[in-house]
Amino acid sequence: MSRVSEIMETMEYGPSVEDSSAVRDWLAAQGRFGHFIDGAFTDVGATFETRDPSTGDVLARVSQGSEADVAAAVAAARAAQPGWAALSGTERARYLYALARHVQKRERFLSVLETLDNGKPIREARDIDVPLVARHFYHHAGWAELRDSQFPGHAPLGVCGQIIPWNFPLLMLAWKIAPALAAGNTVVLKPAEYTPLTALAFAEICQEIGLPAGVVNIVTGDGVTGAALVASEVDKIAFTGSTEVGRGIALALAGTGRRLTLELGGKSPFVVMEDADLDAAVEGVVDSIWFNQGEVCCAGSRILVAEAVAPRFEALLRARMARLRVGAPLDKSTDLGAIVDPVQKDRILSICQAAVEAGAELVGGQPQDGCFIAPGYLRNIAPANPGMVEEIFGPIATLSTFRTADEAIELANATRYGLAGSVWSESATVATDLAARIKAGVIWINGANMFDAAASFGGMRDSGYSREGGHSGMRDYLAGPKVAPMTTPASPAPKAAPPAIDRTAKLYIGGAQKRPDGGAMYAVPGGLAPQGSRKDIRNAVEAAAKAGKWAAMGGHARAQVLYFIAENLAARRDEFAARTSPAEVGAALARAFHYAAWADKFDGRTVQAKPGHLVTVIPEPHGIIGITCPESQPLAGFLSLVLPAIAMGNAVVAIPSPGDPLPVMDLCQVFDTSDLPGGVVNVVTGAAAELSPHLAGHEEVSAVWHAGAAEELAAIDRAASHTLTPVWPVPARDWTGPRAQGETFLHHATRQKTIWLPYGALPAGSGGQAY
Amino acid sequence: MTNPGTDLRPDWFEGIRINTPAVERRAATLPARRSLKKDHQAAWLLNAVRCIDLTTLAGDDTPDRVARLCAKARQPIAPELLQAVGVTGLTTGAVCVYPTMVAPAKRALGDSGIPVASVATGFPAGLMPLDLRLAEIRYAVDQGADEIDIVITRAHVLQANWIALYDELRAMREACGTARMKAILATGDLKSLENVACASHVAMQAGADWIKTSTGKEGVNATLAVSLVMCRTIRDHHARTGVKVGFKPAGGLRTAKDAISWQVLMAEELGRDWLAPDLFRIGASSLLGDIERQISHHVTGRYAASHRLAPA
Repeated sequence: MSRVSEIMETMEYGPSVEDSSAVRDWLAAQGRFGHFIDGAFTDVGATFETRDPSTGDVLARVSQGSEADVAAAVAAARAAQPGWAALSGTERARYLYALARHVQKRERFLSVLETLDNGKPIREARDIDVPLVARHFYHHAGWAELRDSQFPGHAPLGVCGQIIPWNFPLLMLAWKIAPALAAGNTVVLKPAEYTPLTALAFAEICQEIGLPAGVVNIVTGDGVTGAALVASEVDKIAFTGSTEVGRGIALALAGTGRRLTLELGGKSPFVVMEDADLDAAVEGVVDSIWFNQGEVCCAGSRILVAEAVAPRFEALLRARMARLRVGAPLDKSTDLGAIVDPVQKDRILSICQAAVEAGAELVGGQPQDGCFIAPGYLRNIAPANPGMVEEIFGPIATLSTFRTADEAIELANATRYGLAGSVWSESATVATDLAARIKAGVIWINGANMFDAAASFGGMRDSGYSREGGHSGMRDYLAGPKVAPMTTPASPAPKAAPPAIDRTAKLYIGGAQKRPDGGAMYAVPGGLAPQGSRKDIRNAVEAAAKAGKWAAMGGHARAQVLYFIAENLAARRDEFAARTSPAEVGAALARAFHYAAWADKFDGRTVQAKPGHLVTVIPEPHGIIGITCPESQPLAGFLSLVLPAIAMGNAVVAIPSPGDPLPVMDLCQVFDTSDLPGGVVNVVTGAAAELSPHLAGHEEVSAVWHAGAAEELAAIDRAASHTLTPVWPVPARDWTGPRAQGETFLHHATRQKTIWLPYGALPAGSGGQAY
Repeated sequence: MTNPGTDLRPDWFEGIRINTPAVERRAATLPARRSLKKDHQAAWLLNAVRCIDLTTLAGDDTPDRVARLCAKARQPIAPELLQAVGVTGLTTGAVCVYPTMVAPAKRALGDSGIPVASVATGFPAGLMPLDLRLAEIRYAVDQGADEIDIVITRAHVLQANWIALYDELRAMREACGTARMKAILATGDLKSLENVACASHVAMQAGADWIKTSTGKEGVNATLAVSLVMCRTIRDHHARTGVKVGFKPAGGLRTAKDAISWQVLMAEELGRDWLAPDLFRIGASSLLGDIERQISHHVTGRYAASHRLAPA
């Protein structure tokens, strides 16, 4: 029987291996790589090996970046930055366009190199990673062109330090470098230790297109190199990687005021409702946790399926899983390639083992020779099982059931992470409701792991903060208009006349006057103020957490409350002017009108990610914002911060001016008479330096604004680094002036949620217009 | 063996949910997920030949034209090419003709064992009175047809009149006797994928041995997306009844690459059994020429001019 006849019997696919000779020739010619600094490759220093995880073969030796290497790279970036920023948008756009074109011209080379270094299937590198890399540079060529018109008054940050992971090496490079360059920054990028090669190939492309020296610098190395970059004199750190390392970076940057973007881990829910297209949902699992060997931070790794359809769903899932092919990454018929490194393989297996020991049942997921693990999932798994809690970062999902939509939401949100979520339902009503209620930065309705340069990506909670991609991603690489610090000292607060009848100031918590827990008071202008403590902070946060309906009221209803506050404040104008100044009261009224105006107008945007996909980026309130107010201008400062926060639907726990808090305590009476629901604004007076770290470190607090004393920032940052809460160090300014209000405050009062909704009634050619 | 069918069971399909963009996504990535090279590619292409219903359904068909088609069905690939790859006895799955061409086809195919399929029931629109449509089936069977490709009344699907559709198909099944029945759904007319899925289920419940996408005359014929939906209904019918129903995409498969893509679909969604002619047919005429060119290239390393290969 001939070979062909035999195959006609078995109908097996056979090997179909992508040719890697061009890449291997390139690697052989290079052999050992230096860093890419100031437009040239450095001499090779101490090196380490990078391997093909599918075979264990050494691919090349790359240099271990030292502190001196990092310093040289930062210096080169610093020197190049003014010139790069001085180019016109169009000139920067031409460079980004050239990068996009050259990535496309070397599509095959880069795909193969990525597959060799990372172990991912060539199909994914070729059809997903590299096209998205090119797309990112094209899209940001556009932002370079449009920066001045779309971000008036904004300026680049300067030098950005960027640290990227090993799961999508070149794609993460593009996500980092494209927006930074478009905005006018220069960069020092450190690729992951396991996967430095495509970054070095990209460095060659930078040379090829004549990118000015120093604009892009690449320093290879391990975590020590990364730490050196974090510690260096850069203006921003952008990090994608593990939550643990992200937390360390936030801690290291405490008190520096440097910008930080963190894109960390996830354990994203994958919710299958009873009216879902179950075959589509099963395919969604393939695109989620069985994509890139499950080494995907936003993978829908927690499958939650309605009890009514769970048996059928699981049967379909098992059948589909059985057809996945695990094997040589360069084989074009491979679905799952190699895990990036034996260390990671061991980590995956140890979590699975712990999950099984804790009572879960593992279906599939067996280790294979070399760096391979078969796809699998954990069933019969309890909520506290380590397999349910830990990010496995391998091809192993969890499968559990729910009864109703509310239970699905409860389970979906029962995680310390908040990166992404996938929702499967054929009901637009149900799907959009789930999308709104899942706590995550990205939601895919009837889809999974969809990405585009125009669609913001990023998380919340332990998944990090700030966004990459689209308009929001650009904003995170730009500095807003400079605010002039107050030049003339604020007019000293007039000494309040003693009241006719003695008054007792209390804390304002949950819409009621509360005595401070410690029972102590301290002297302030106009009398005694309560000395708040950490317990009062706790009570205030609890009260704020119960004010959730405020967000659900909608912008129009919130605007009515803000107008009412203005109305009632105006009625007591003279009294407050006497306590503060006419300018402060004027500013207070202006803020109320300004943010009432914005309350129903600070909209998201629908972005053109892909045809046939409705992709909406929506600003959502953080939840609870902890605010420390400036020392001076107690009334204007307080309202300039609290009103934009609550206008967007947040609840606030504020620490007013420690030296002069009583005007704010009187203001609480105005809140009481203005239909502001209890708990939306909570005020704890006292020693800000002592209270603010407690506030910043409370896990229920989702964002912190610090406008108090600059020396308090470091302690706040340190506290917030543990909870991965974004801290906005609000620059000091004249709080009665026009620069104390505006959209900047609203951007900080919200975070973006990106919702993907593919649509299309009919298939291609049958009248469907979407495709 | 023919499909015995079941009673009409609307509960097997009425709650069906199909997300069209998700189907399109899967259909688009399926061919990219599997790759066939060299001997494997040749084998899969020759397997496709085994599954082709070599078809002529034109107003100008003549007995001689049909005889030429049949000659091609008996020897679909040049003998020297087959010899080079060591494959013997390769024929197409069937020839497919109009009822009046069944007798010439039977004569031309002789004892080759290649079945003759006949379209019937007022192909392609199917809007003749039912008794005439059934009579046409009986005529074709009487002429010696081994397989009957019937068309359904699209209106029954568009009106969700499952009882009427089932009864019509049952009557046709009965008229087929021992001939095997392919039910053409004309998916391009049904438009929505839910309609395609419901019609597929009714056809299988009524005893269709294959469900077939198209007549080749609709605006849109076989697509991978529609085929994916039909294959999933075959899978579900099999799970419920244990009966394996076949699938036949028709109209729209023109290239060797198409032949591979559809076979990958069958292998991935249904499995190895659905890569054999009893469960998989391709309704095509020009496809064979492209496959033969690819095989020629596989053997000789050169691309053949079309005039060097025997026409159908």
